[in-house]
Amino acid sequence: MNQSRGHHGAPAWSPRRAGYRRLTAGWQHTGRPADLREHHDRYGPLPAVRQQSPRALVDAIAAARLTGRGGAGFPTATKMRAVATRRGPAVVVANGVESEPASQKDQALLAWAPHLVLDGALLAARAVGANVVHVCLDRTRDRQADGVLRAITERQQAGLGDVAMLAHGLPPRYVASEETSLIRWLNGGEARPTTVPPRPFEQGVGRRPTLVNNVETLAHIALIARYGPDWFCQAGHPDTPGTMLITVGGAAGYPGVYEIEAGTRVDEVLAMCDGNNEDGALLMGGYFGTWHAARDLAHLPLSAPGLRAAGASPGAGVIFALPPGGCGLAETARILCFLAGQVAQQCGPCMFGLPAVAGDFTRLAEGRPEGDVLERLDRRLGAITGRGACRHPDGAVRMAASALAAFASDARAHAAGRPCLGAYRRGSQADRPPIPPSAAATAPWAEDEWR
Amino acid sequence: MAVRRRLRWDPAACTGHGLCADLLPERIELDEWGYPVILGDVPPGLARHARRAVRACPVLALRLQPVQEDPGGRARS
Repeated sequence: MNQSRGHHGAPAWSPRRAGYRRLTAGWQHTGRPADLREHHDRYGPLPAVRQQSPRALVDAIAAARLTGRGGAGFPTATKMRAVATRRGPAVVVANGVESEPASQKDQALLAWAPHLVLDGALLAARAVGANVVHVCLDRTRDRQADGVLRAITERQQAGLGDVAMLAHGLPPRYVASEETSLIRWLNGGEARPTTVPPRPFEQGVGRRPTLVNNVETLAHIALIARYGPDWFCQAGHPDTPGTMLITVGGAAGYPGVYEIEAGTRVDEVLAMCDGNNEDGALLMGGYFGTWHAARDLAHLPLSAPGLRAAGASPGAGVIFALPPGGCGLAETARILCFLAGQVAQQCGPCMFGLPAVAGDFTRLAEGRPEGDVLERLDRRLGAITGRGACRHPDGAVRMAASALAAFASDARAHAAGRPCLGAYRRGSQADRPPIPPSAAATAPWAEDEWR
Repeated sequence: MAVRRRLRWDPAACTGHGLCADLLPERIELDEWGYPVILGDVPPGLARHARRAVRACPVLALRLQPVQEDPGGRARS
């Protein structure tokens, strides 16, 4: 076969030639999901175990300084070593639940390149001594499940099956993608977070040491195993090597999922998708992220170390640009209402505190505050942080507090009873949480939806 | 040597009965929703009251742990 062209006639992707399109290379050429043959044409076969020992792979991941792409940004090799050094067989969980409404990158990746994710899961399983991989998905995404199951079957038929791979559909809840929720669900329980310790690497699925990785993280592992850490570091920023998937939403001419070099300047990223928003505001990092004036982030690298100086984080790679004329406080109220309706109903300060804060924000945004709403919000936000079993309340509070700081003058005006038109703009903003603000404290919650 | 103790609260187990705040008001107050806020470690003089508060919790959401003092003086638990 002609090595320079794939079997579909598109120019073959070459790791040596490619710029920053790595995970998305196939999509760029064919515009449709890659089957196993196309996947192997493009990236080559996986290195055999005899060519690359499990320990060598973890060392390569450490040298590539790969960090987790699910939002926390923890060093992947450190996590793998923690699991690998425990006694007994381990378990690998590929987290593709992506419950963050403002993020679509994991859905895009699983649609484009399921085999890249499954390669990574297989390699991770070999590296930590696991004989089973659980791929966790949102059960309401039927087409995604079909695609992943087809890919798993293809691999079994091709004899790539030295590790069992099982796909699971989890209930569509925001906290269901938290790693302890996945483990509790896989153990037959509800998809709600549990108190740590024990952490997953100590005692996870079936009480076995368990590695939970985001699906994008696994896809990067598949490329590092093939081309090595030096190749991986050819893209990206000295602080954060490699590429990353991001989701741009809101005021952008071309919203959607992009693959960028980690550490690309924020204004360059926005320019790329026609989201230049010099005077506007950005929600960086998604629903658990922080609001900022766009000019404060414009010249910073889009990476965890790059944004740290501004008190921001890329989270799972989400940028939401506030549309012109939009009200940041109204958007925040909407997001808080969504998050308040998504609590696990386990911890009091979160279960009662988030609806209270969401209600305060809604009244503030609509310019009909009761009492000293800013003082009350200050007290309530302080009373919620750090008082839940998981990070759900902390993330919501951080986002809310950042809105009060970034839109301080708006907050004072609204608290004085002067609303802005932005609060009443409906249907003009992308990435709207799926429930309206009025549903604040009374979001429907069915007990059986957790299983 | 006098041992300081730390109150550990399990937010997922707690159902907000509030007995702990009645029995140990020196170290536990309730937030506006009726859930305990821990105000600091328990000195030896309050240990008896703290143990009583832990025992009184109907859902076992409160524990008392000794705090180990590092040579550097930083507390760990």
